[in-house]
Amino acid sequence: MPALQELEAAFLDSKKDKDFRRELVHLQKTYIGRPTPLYFAKRLTEHLGGARIYLKREDLAHTGAHKINNAVGQVLLARKMGKKRVIAETGAGQHGVATATGAALVGLGCEIYMGSVDMQRQALNVFRMRLLGAKVTEVPTGSQTLKDAINEALRDWTTNVRTTHYILGTVYGPHPFPEMVRDFQSVIGKEAKKQIFSAEGKLPDYLIACVGGGSNAMGFFSEFLRDISVQMVGVEAGGKGIETGEHAARFAGGSFGVFQGCKTYLLQDDDGNVLGTHSVSAGLDYAAVGPEHPFLRDEGRVRYTYATDSEALAAFELLSHTEGIIPALESAHAVAEALKIAPQLSKEKLILVNLSGRGDKDVQQVAQIKGIEL
Amino acid sequence: MSSRIEKTFKKLKKQGKKAFIPYIMAGDPSLDATKQIVLLFEECGADIIELGVPFSDPLADGPTIQQAAERALQNGVTLKKVIALAEDLRQVTQIPLILMTYFNPVMKYGVDNFVRDAAHAGVDGVIIPDLPPDEAGDLLSIANPASLNVIFLLAPTSTDERIKKVIKASRGFIYYVSITGITGGDLLLDGSLHASISKIQHFTNKPVAVGFGVSTPGEASEVARLADGVIVGSAIIKKYRESPDRAKHYLASLRQAIQ
Repeated sequence: MPALQELEAAFLDSKKDKDFRRELVHLQKTYIGRPTPLYFAKRLTEHLGGARIYLKREDLAHTGAHKINNAVGQVLLARKMGKKRVIAETGAGQHGVATATGAALVGLGCEIYMGSVDMQRQALNVFRMRLLGAKVTEVPTGSQTLKDAINEALRDWTTNVRTTHYILGTVYGPHPFPEMVRDFQSVIGKEAKKQIFSAEGKLPDYLIACVGGGSNAMGFFSEFLRDISVQMVGVEAGGKGIETGEHAARFAGGSFGVFQGCKTYLLQDDDGNVLGTHSVSAGLDYAAVGPEHPFLRDEGRVRYTYATDSEALAAFELLSHTEGIIPALESAHAVAEALKIAPQLSKEKLILVNLSGRGDKDVQQVAQIKGIEL
Repeated sequence: MSSRIEKTFKKLKKQGKKAFIPYIMAGDPSLDATKQIVLLFEECGADIIELGVPFSDPLADGPTIQQAAERALQNGVTLKKVIALAEDLRQVTQIPLILMTYFNPVMKYGVDNFVRDAAHAGVDGVIIPDLPPDEAGDLLSIANPASLNVIFLLAPTSTDERIKKVIKASRGFIYYVSITGITGGDLLLDGSLHASISKIQHFTNKPVAVGFGVSTPGEASEVARLADGVIVGSAIIKKYRESPDRAKHYLASLRQAIQ
């Protein structure tokens, strides 16, 4: 608790600290490469024959995903608090890479926790983190995926709390993490709003984002929440289908619980044990969701749905073919939803898809799924 | 009405003794074995017994208890079955029993149902490491009238404000976590432990028991000099897995050390 209170105080202080904000904005521009483009996907739009589809190109941010927005914000905060070391969990490896990058940027020690299963399917990112000077620690317990990596990172944090800041990668966990991570990611939606106005002169009709923990979605949605004409869709991992039980669709198959420091929707059994999950995408393969998402769902502000592994893989290939953009498998879930709704809408409607990351890290896995030896 | 836990501490205080509180994961290796282990604990001079409830994601626990929880879960052990075990134990022993669980199983069980069933079964207290007093209002409003003691944790990093809050909310005793970290870690016996416990005792007359990281009789003896009770978990599980006989011998040496 004292660590969370210390963090909250530092975070609130950083919001008023002009030097902090100036440095963050400067790094966003010169290091991350912001603003990321809002790209009109002309050939995909023509292929689907309905609404105009724009892609918010977070895949073009440094390190290849939106995760860097939060990591840079939090390493600056860690430095401000006088911490010498940062730790993080990672699923797909994107947040681990982003944290290792941020730690290198400001000169902090860095240790990343990653489940054994994820280390296998994201071997490239493991090597990237090590290249960046981070220690990658394998977590062989439980389901050996993201949730277990978070458990281990939390255990490390409770042990080394005096010297270490825990850079939680998503809008999850105890306060102030959900609010703070949303704040660092909100740059996505702020830029997208300006960009769509300058491209089309109006608000979009739909926003679509994938939801694992839910940070890219919160960063994308938050700026538009008061614009009631904008419909929003969060896409969870449907895995092999809800009926198979092998998925990570918390809204479709979960119920309220308390897990890893927050009250939220959770995939659990009748005795309150957290269930294993499945998704082709390591970044969405997680049993709980950031607590603001259930709120937005219950308010009726955001609709939550899911895309299965095979729908995501089809979207992954289609976007690669039609636009020359290989999306992360996580982001391919959001694209898959766009494929479903765009053809049903008229041509003047606008859909914005948050392309949260690039797919280089997934190429090997997709080849494997297709039975191709590289 | 004072609980069995409170009575135990009162009695020990009168005798000038300290409480020995061993921990075991319920259902590891089986619920029948747990029953025998609890009775062995009592035979070896335990004053209070902590029963672990297996959970899929035991955040506050180190590898020894994590693995014990995994084995218990594989055996199909649930919160409901642990409460039933307590009820069964109550037929043969009056030793105070405390459940150590995480909050999600309690929430899924239903806070009301949990308090009712646990109190009815003869459970005396509950420790929920991922439930701070700030969030425990609902549980306390039901557990306190039912004389189910809710025991909260303090850590070396706890501020004065936090210490006061935990003292106020805790019934039975205050659980002082001797290290920043997880169960089974390495205890550092320096002046800071003494200072921390004295500070807590400065604010309250409620008993303070120390756990997380106590493993040798030497450490237990040192901690017993400072606090009102000593909790040993991971080290007992390790010894028991080596051999039950060795565990018995080890329990006896802990009991001797905690005076």
